[in-house]
Amino acid sequence: MIHHRVKPTDRNMIEDLLRPVLHTTWRFYLAVAILGGIVLTGLSTWMYQAYNGLVVTGDNWPVYWGFHETNFVFWIGISHAGTLISAILRICNATWRRPVTRCAEAITAFALMIGGIFPLIHLGRPWLAWWLLPYPSERGIWPNYRSPLAWDFFAINTYLIGSLLFLALPMIPDFAMIRDRSTGLRHKIYGLLSKGWYGTPKQWHRLEAAMHIMALAIIPVAVSVHTIVSFDFSMAVVPMWHSTIFGPYFVAGAIFSGIAALIIAMAILRKILHLEKYLEPIHFQNLGKLLFTMSMLWGYFVFNERLTTWYGNGTAEMPVFQATQSGRYAPLFWLMVFCNFVMPFPFLAIRRMRTITGTVIASCGVVVGMWLERFLIVVPSLSYKAMPYSWGHYMPRWPEVVIMSSSFAALVLLYLLFTKFVPIISLWELRVGEHSELKAAESVQAAEAAGELV
Amino acid sequence: MAHRWGMAVDLDRCTGCEACVTACHSENNIVTVGPEEAARGRAKHWIRIERYWEGEFPDVQVKFRPVLCQQCDNAPCEPVCPTYASHHNEEGLNAQIYNRCIGTRYCANACPYNVRFFNFENPEWDKPLDLQLNPDVSLRENGVMEKCTFCIQRINAGKIAAEAENRALKDGEIKPACVQSCTANALVFGDLNDPESAVSRLSRSTRGSKLLEEFNTQPKVTYLQRESWHDSSQG
Repeated sequence: MIHHRVKPTDRNMIEDLLRPVLHTTWRFYLAVAILGGIVLTGLSTWMYQAYNGLVVTGDNWPVYWGFHETNFVFWIGISHAGTLISAILRICNATWRRPVTRCAEAITAFALMIGGIFPLIHLGRPWLAWWLLPYPSERGIWPNYRSPLAWDFFAINTYLIGSLLFLALPMIPDFAMIRDRSTGLRHKIYGLLSKGWYGTPKQWHRLEAAMHIMALAIIPVAVSVHTIVSFDFSMAVVPMWHSTIFGPYFVAGAIFSGIAALIIAMAILRKILHLEKYLEPIHFQNLGKLLFTMSMLWGYFVFNERLTTWYGNGTAEMPVFQATQSGRYAPLFWLMVFCNFVMPFPFLAIRRMRTITGTVIASCGVVVGMWLERFLIVVPSLSYKAMPYSWGHYMPRWPEVVIMSSSFAALVLLYLLFTKFVPIISLWELRVGEHSELKAAESVQAAEAAGELV
Repeated sequence: MAHRWGMAVDLDRCTGCEACVTACHSENNIVTVGPEEAARGRAKHWIRIERYWEGEFPDVQVKFRPVLCQQCDNAPCEPVCPTYASHHNEEGLNAQIYNRCIGTRYCANACPYNVRFFNFENPEWDKPLDLQLNPDVSLRENGVMEKCTFCIQRINAGKIAAEAENRALKDGEIKPACVQSCTANALVFGDLNDPESAVSRLSRSTRGSKLLEEFNTQPKVTYLQRESWHDSSQG
């Protein structure tokens, strides 16, 4: 890999990466105002829906699930960007990961928060959602542990807590760095956040050990979360939901859409925060390769699912199959195949096209395609259940569309606020990386860098 | 011995008159939602008459099939409910506890027969129609599921009456609204645990079959039908 780059000095690096945290422009406030406005619109639409009931949505008999459930699965999928990818890269000791991990972990935390709200939004009586908690009820009623929705509740909460820890742990040394470079209220707040970090060898050792444990623990949790989300569908005897392939199919799709979201987020951060020196073409190259692998894997799963359904020729399955291949939902299905497989293929397979622009174009396609995939899993099966007399269709209405749009604005807003309070690139990890690179070259600066490190 | 309620539906007798649908609506306080909402798929019919046509014109026959909750012994709607709102009661009915329902609608999606209905709005009746409501049946509020109960209020009333008179329940004593109103006697209701009851005898008939048997839901509703007219005309 030939790439000539001007290595930023340690001082420059700290300045570059702390700039967004320590200095705020009017553009930031404008963006927060606009995004906050959209999010508030979404929240008030939810209140409107809660007050009037689901009559304002497009849900109907027999398609009782629509956009809200699609968004739920979509966002939980996006959340697999981070923790899983960065945990795997950490365990594999892939050094190029260093500038990418925190961007990815932040997506996970925020996408999970947003995804986790959709099951509440879709409820007929959302104010009773706490009945899913196994609280000691005087009536002796517990949640039904046989229900995949109860599994969801626990899986998503476990993953959310785990990924927040995984995100928060490596922020401690960076908080300490901000603490040491700030005064007044900011100094106090970051002093609290850095939890008495002074970079002693013992502290470093403990942090490394904790990170390793979390990285190992979070992988099975992440895999199980989307498997359990897939169980919401595959446990029901509904044509083309009731499939044994759904667990891995959902996890693959989740990682796929997660990487795409990560690439888009990184490209935007690079432009807006001027991180060209840190988020380099090599990172997009490598993530592009990962995206390509997942695209192939996803294509394999879709082909597999479709082939076995067609070959099995079940009476209940075939109407759903036909509706998605050549019927009512076929345009969406083929658009999905185009967005997820055909269009990204050249951008990701050909090295010269696997540029930042190329991977971003491919990723935009994948995000759209994966949303369509979730929609095509939820809706057509319910439209064409086993009794032909009760077939029906679904069209979203404005509250669902507004709530969905505001969920995208919510992710951007949370991300924006995050970059304001935390360096989006893990400073100390980057410095450790630079340090070991230099050490390997046995350059004179190595000693200096090492001297400055702790 | 506990009761195990079941029904036999004689398709050879059904005339498709929909008296059962009307009777069910008035017995169980099922609200009508108006033409607009009905067109959106928000109509609720705990029992419905499905119409199927067989053959090519002019060699055509129309078939009616009353479809209601099949009260499955192995019900797909029950395990999926996270709050136990949808559960199996001691007499084998797939009961729905309205107060416990949080409205995930998962039970309706899991049901292969599409016989579960969601309340998209609070029920309303124009005055004076509210005076005709059945006081034995609770109204369902916005956001909960509802479904056929086999007229559980009539079952309970029958059991109480028999106990008060210190006697056993007689076969055919309890009649859900649909059964009571069926002019052709196509619907027969009773205790499947009593091998001599009319419904038990009909359920054992060689004409009998279950709806969507391949889903292994083990329904307690049996459909009776001679060999299909279409098949026999070919044979």
